[in-house]
Amino acid sequence: MTQDTLLRQITDYANRADPYPLYTELRKKPVRQEGDELFVVSTYWEIKSLLHDPRISSDARNLSPGAAGTLLQEEEASPLPPAFLRLDPPEHDRLRRMTMRPFGPPETPRRVNGMRGELARIVDGLIDGFGDRKQVDIVDDFSYPFPVTVICRLLGIPREDEARFHAWADTIAAGLDPDPGGDPGEQRRATHEARTELGMYLSGLIDERSGAPGDDMLSALVTQHGPDGRMTRMEVLSTAALLLIAGHETTVNLITNGTLTLLRNPDVLERLRDDSRLAVPLVEELLRFEPPVQLLPQRTTLADIDIGGTTIPKGASVWLVLAAGNRDPKRFPDPDRFDPDRPDIQHLGFGSGIHNCFGAPLARLEAQLALTALAQRLDAPRLVEDPPPYRQNAVLRGPRHLNVSFDGLRS
Amino acid sequence: MSGDHALEWLRREGRIVIVGASLAGLRAAETLRKEGFAGSLTLIGDEPHEPYDRPPLSKQVLLGHASADHTELPRRRGLDAQWRLGVAATGLDMAARRVRLADGDEVEYDRLLITTGVRARPWPHPAEAELDGVFVLRTRDDAARLHRRLAASPRRVLVIGAGFTGSEIASACRERGLPVTVAERGAAPLVGALGGVIGQVAAELQRAHGVDLRCGIMVTGLEGDSAGRLRRAHLSDGTTLDTDVAVVSLGATRNTEWLAGSGVGAGPRGIACDAGCRAFDIRGIVTDDIFVAGDVARSPHAIFGYQFLSLEHWGNAVAQAETAAHNMISSSSERRPHLWVPAFWSSQFGVNIKSVGVPSLGEEVIVAQGSLADHRFTGVYGYQGRVIAAVSFDQTKWLEFYQRQIETAAPFPPEYSSVDRRPEGLRPVPADFPDPSLPTHGPSVTVSGYSPTDQRITFTPARA
Ligand SMILES: Cc1cc2nc3c(=O)[nH]c(=O)nc-3n(C[C@H](O)[C@H](O)[C@H](O)COP(=O)(O)OP(=O)(O)OC[C@H]3O[C@@H](n4cnc5c(N)ncnc54)[C@H](O)[C@@H]3O)c2cc1C
Repeated sequence: MTQDTLLRQITDYANRADPYPLYTELRKKPVRQEGDELFVVSTYWEIKSLLHDPRISSDARNLSPGAAGTLLQEEEASPLPPAFLRLDPPEHDRLRRMTMRPFGPPETPRRVNGMRGELARIVDGLIDGFGDRKQVDIVDDFSYPFPVTVICRLLGIPREDEARFHAWADTIAAGLDPDPGGDPGEQRRATHEARTELGMYLSGLIDERSGAPGDDMLSALVTQHGPDGRMTRMEVLSTAALLLIAGHETTVNLITNGTLTLLRNPDVLERLRDDSRLAVPLVEELLRFEPPVQLLPQRTTLADIDIGGTTIPKGASVWLVLAAGNRDPKRFPDPDRFDPDRPDIQHLGFGSGIHNCFGAPLARLEAQLALTALAQRLDAPRLVEDPPPYRQNAVLRGPRHLNVSFDGLRS
Repeated sequence: MSGDHALEWLRREGRIVIVGASLAGLRAAETLRKEGFAGSLTLIGDEPHEPYDRPPLSKQVLLGHASADHTELPRRRGLDAQWRLGVAATGLDMAARRVRLADGDEVEYDRLLITTGVRARPWPHPAEAELDGVFVLRTRDDAARLHRRLAASPRRVLVIGAGFTGSEIASACRERGLPVTVAERGAAPLVGALGGVIGQVAAELQRAHGVDLRCGIMVTGLEGDSAGRLRRAHLSDGTTLDTDVAVVSLGATRNTEWLAGSGVGAGPRGIACDAGCRAFDIRGIVTDDIFVAGDVARSPHAIFGYQFLSLEHWGNAVAQAETAAHNMISSSSERRPHLWVPAFWSSQFGVNIKSVGVPSLGEEVIVAQGSLADHRFTGVYGYQGRVIAAVSFDQTKWLEFYQRQIETAAPFPPEYSSVDRRPEGLRPVPADFPDPSLPTHGPSVTVSGYSPTDQRITFTPARA
């Protein structure tokens, strides 16, 4: 098997349902050169060390012209400047810090936990909404609407606008998930339009919040005047869009992958039903076993870096295959086994280092509550189809639909 | 009995005694059980409390965010141990393998682990140290007492010594809105641990937070009123300071006196041991049944030219205890060296400080990322052309990288470009550590150089 076909096989939709054998193959060489300026890293320690390496940049402007071609197209479609996800320190640190202030410690340590009751109510409401159906699509009926509703509440989107928001989010998410049969030009146009409309909508909301701030994150971002100064309007816009899109697209997959994994491991499902405390280690293991972000394709090198027996030259595009690192047998014994009792579970599911997932505390809590509620409330759930149909996207990997049948709902 | 049998017997029904029932002692005991030690386990501690955690004492506890008696260390497993708490070990008979206790009891062992740590160095004038209002901070009881006094809103707190503990205490006082004066003999806070360049940043931080920081100054006397309450401090510049609370933060003294005359290689600098945590006897010969871990240990580190390091670091106590425990019940071929790269953290004035390696070995320092002026940076220390340590202020997430640089003896100064390298970070400057031949108040890391090729071990006297 040549190196080139391996990466192509991973991005090939045919292998979406189970890319893990390909990752095993990939790990035989920790750092693989794929073409002139693309390097793929697949082993745990090498990924971890690159995530902490200050010679690695997240800013696309540092790519050499040759490597820039390999970038995902998603960004050209965006009318907004890059959010902190795609910036380096010090800009990254400043924007991330300012975004963190209304979201988490040290300034707002209780925000996420304070949402627990509301999150549980949203989850229960969605499950109640299954009505007397005996089969639902977990994606459309549950794991998709849940995080979108949450992010709306968090940002302070008025309830009456949530529906419009869902529609934009849908379109943008679909843009990340190109339909192989569809017209790519048309799809890109639709995504661009949705992003523009979303931008205009947020812009209007920002005006409103500057005058009459509420308790939500958007108000906080708009009015904040701390040690780091203020965010510009464009910065608030791109940050809000980042939170919206990154904030739910990934959690959908975490919850769906989790449901799928539980249904494939009925003993664990049963344990979770009887003891909701299992949700905490279970979600960690899930983030190792089936991470919603499979790889980070957006890094580049500021200098030549020797790692894993290879020199990655300056300006190269570096892909870090988190999902492969998570199953590196040099790091985790018996890595292909789903085992929520692992004592040592420092997974790469949220990345590591300065770009470590911003929304991790919220995503964790959402997944814990969602999976526990499903385990407790669905009576005798089973998969209708295994494997289920997957989304096109190899980076944000997850089922497009997950049909589950059950005998009824428990209250 | 062959060696294998002896070991098997030890693991099954041997007697292991741990003197010092704190962080290192507890972690060692847990590791022994985890690795299958089924014999009898005794933990001896002179404090009456179950093992508790010290880092919160100078942070959360002083701020009132946690109560001093709720700092117990989490127990990771059942230990099935005999606890002899509230009783000190007073002596050791190496030949008879027996530990003497203050209550007259004696405990026999087949393997002994010493984790007696350090204690706060007291104010040198006993009468002044007795004054009501003079504190040290090492134990849970110290923290409870000091917290109570801070909560009673003293007019001014004097912190004597601006090492990590003193600086953290000053920070907590400021956060509580109390007026604070810090008196430091050196040129800047943290200068012994991090050098003068980084010390200047610490000084700016203190002043920016309203600390009345006085460097190059010694407190020469503490004065009380007729009721024995602290009233005033006299300083070496001839001035006096009205104050009702003084916290003496002059570093630590190793708890080794109880071993005097025992034949163990114990001195004021700690107990010397090999990289496998086996204690040396006074002749410099390694013992086979006495092990050491934590703040009281001095052990050679391969990465730092086999120099003997004494580290007062939480992470060191944990890692060394685990290594010691493993080696105590393993055959020689299975023993592991304590190769932990020193790492230390502190939080003060809203800043997270973390270091890896041994900064005090550094000759030069370079601001590899960020900026000193922003108080947000990573400083990298160089020693003879290699990277020897790094410290970060509010930038911990890069340290793993610098740790690798230290482990692989990467060249200093770093030549590569990196994110957030500023113009000030292009050239190294002298790290500006105080002359080691002059006395300073115990930096948290002290290093002295005896390589394994040295013929014998001698303890240098304690610093004044
Ligand atoms: C206020 C404070 C803040 C700190 N903050 C940090 C920090 O932020 N980061 C960090 O890395 N480290 C910090 N440290 C250091 C860290 O707490 C120590 O490195 C750690 O406690 C060492 O553990 P140990 O078990 O070796 O020694 P110790 O914790 O000192 O325990 C030794 C125990 O042995 C007992 N003992 C002594 N002699 C005898 C005897 N003869 N018989 C019986 N028992 C005896 C002692 O009373 C004590 O209970 C801090 C320490 C203090 C005091």
